[in-house]
Amino acid sequence: MDLYEYQAKELFAAHGVPVLPGDVAETPDAARAIAEQLGTTVVVKAQVKTGGRGKAGGVKLADDPADAQAKAEAILGLDIKGHVTRKVLVTPASDIAEEYYVSFLLDRANRTFLAMASAEGGMEIEQLAVERPEALARIPVDAIAGVDAAKAREIVEAGKFPAEVADQVADVLVKLWETFVSEDATLVEVNPLVRDPQDKIVALDGKVTLDENADFRQAGHAALVDKEAEDPLEAKAKAKDLNYVKLDGQVGIIGNGAGLVMSTLDVVAYAGEKHSGVKPANFLDIGGGASAEVMANGLDIILHDPDVKSVFVNVFGGITACDAVATGIVTALDMLGDEATKPLVVRLDGNNVEEGRRILAEANHPLVTVVDTMDNAADKAAELAAAGA
Amino acid sequence: MAIFLTDQSKVIVQGMTGSEGTKHTARMLKSGTNIVGGVNPRKAGQKVEIEGVALPVFATVAEAMEATGADVSVIFVPPRFAKDAVIEAIDAEIPLAVVITEGIPVHDSAYFWAHAGAKGGKTRIIGPNCPGLISPGKSNAGIIPADITGPGRIGLVSKSGTLTYQMMFELRDIGFSSAVGIGGDPVIGTTHIDALEAFEADPETELIVMIGEIGGDAEERAAAYIKENVTKPVVGYVAGFTAPEGKTMGHAGAIVSGSAGTAQAKKEALEAAGVKVGKTPSETAALARQLIEAKG
Repeated sequence: MDLYEYQAKELFAAHGVPVLPGDVAETPDAARAIAEQLGTTVVVKAQVKTGGRGKAGGVKLADDPADAQAKAEAILGLDIKGHVTRKVLVTPASDIAEEYYVSFLLDRANRTFLAMASAEGGMEIEQLAVERPEALARIPVDAIAGVDAAKAREIVEAGKFPAEVADQVADVLVKLWETFVSEDATLVEVNPLVRDPQDKIVALDGKVTLDENADFRQAGHAALVDKEAEDPLEAKAKAKDLNYVKLDGQVGIIGNGAGLVMSTLDVVAYAGEKHSGVKPANFLDIGGGASAEVMANGLDIILHDPDVKSVFVNVFGGITACDAVATGIVTALDMLGDEATKPLVVRLDGNNVEEGRRILAEANHPLVTVVDTMDNAADKAAELAAAGA
Repeated sequence: MAIFLTDQSKVIVQGMTGSEGTKHTARMLKSGTNIVGGVNPRKAGQKVEIEGVALPVFATVAEAMEATGADVSVIFVPPRFAKDAVIEAIDAEIPLAVVITEGIPVHDSAYFWAHAGAKGGKTRIIGPNCPGLISPGKSNAGIIPADITGPGRIGLVSKSGTLTYQMMFELRDIGFSSAVGIGGDPVIGTTHIDALEAFEADPETELIVMIGEIGGDAEERAAAYIKENVTKPVVGYVAGFTAPEGKTMGHAGAIVSGSAGTAQAKKEALEAAGVKVGKTPSETAALARQLIEAKG
């Protein structure tokens, strides 16, 4: 899960990384009140989980509280690369002498962590990495040894930070590492890390990605989820513990196992090329050991998606037997009754497939078509979606 | 021969007395795996009967190895205890630890991977978040259904469990030397490259099928490895062409970040290395079939 800038800075502050004061507002009035409290020139910053806010007009300087209100008015509701701004951060404008870059992240290829640091911050790091790779230090961090004062020193030297701020940056690195580990983050990034004219170091903007696998030991992280910004179907699926991602097509997809479902999306997209360009409407993995109840929950989500015109249920019975899956489909359709109005194409293979197909044949539900291979079933589902669109 | 797991393998199960552990221990026993015991400190000294076999429970992996000569551990321990369980297996220097558990925090996986390295790499880790591996007709360590297909000439390595089953099913008449599910997490112990190296060296394997998916650059690195080191034919498949940027698709590691980790880039890298890449699982199976039939 990616965090908003203000949430990232709250985590930084909690771990002793220096940040500026400030608060978030959802209305222009609230932005004005925060500016009044701060009593100084402020910056009003759109809180969206994407880059390029400045260029899109999402970051503006405000001279006084009335101006902060006006700027917030302009920014709230702004669409930045498809992200609608619903919150602004109001924070003191800072005098910037120099901008730096520091981050810790997971290095998948080397199966360890990586520190990245540069005395040339401020620009997008991808751009810096391409244009001035020699200015961006990459230092592997051992997952067991972590970052202590000596390691932080090594990173500071590699990043070529000026001597006057070396100690402060090293201190920030130790605290940022603590944030990274104790919050179970896969990315903590400060860009820019700023040196003011008095040589004080402060984290001006930040990005944090949290590992959802660690939710069981991170009780505070649930509160960081922005429920309003969630797709309603994704939220409903999450509440039922389903692995669901909404996409923009017309063929609803249910399958078991992440790889098979990803593959199903691809096969449906290829089939759609022959049927008016219909595409998959979602990713939904009901898991390797899915029960009838899970199948029913999954169908319930997908059949309530107004974009869905047909549904493709693609199951390979490994641990789950196909008869359980077939029973799940029949039960789900019974439960949904008249609410189920969209055609279902079902492909079953593997463990106990004959019994699964027999159950579906016996139920003889008017919406259900059983097709014997994944490719043919995808084609049928795409055809039905195109006919229903 | 087969890779990593043979008819000589002696298997213990960490978390054998839990519900998943018991269920899959029974399935492994049914498929002929030589399971010699389980590990659970709270039930140490007891015997647990599964599938008519009285399996001894030991307090630690080291004790189980000492008493039984076990050389493989299959780990079904829940995520919050998984890191300690894997570290215990590494400290006991068991040659192979298969981590089935899904949902382990990546800081824990990175930690036990670093620990394994510091201990000299004596333990091969497969997973986490994987279905394990099977050498049909010999042994089955994990949750791959044993009845899909029998022994044969194809070696399979895959990030995905159900695509492993699907591919074994499509090529069931030919059969497999070994099928290894390496898992869909961002940090895994055994990579495509490790399995490719082992299949290249395995005389029973005549053709390798490798299945990848979006996220990371493991497939690109495997492609570079194939070009330099693999003489046997390799057929590839990559899932997730239609996955949107920035969304995790089921597996924790399956995410396209910016322009990195796309299925298209992986397919192109594999093709550039001479790998025939199928557009769908069935096309991939057909390519493998053609190549193996051409061998006679």
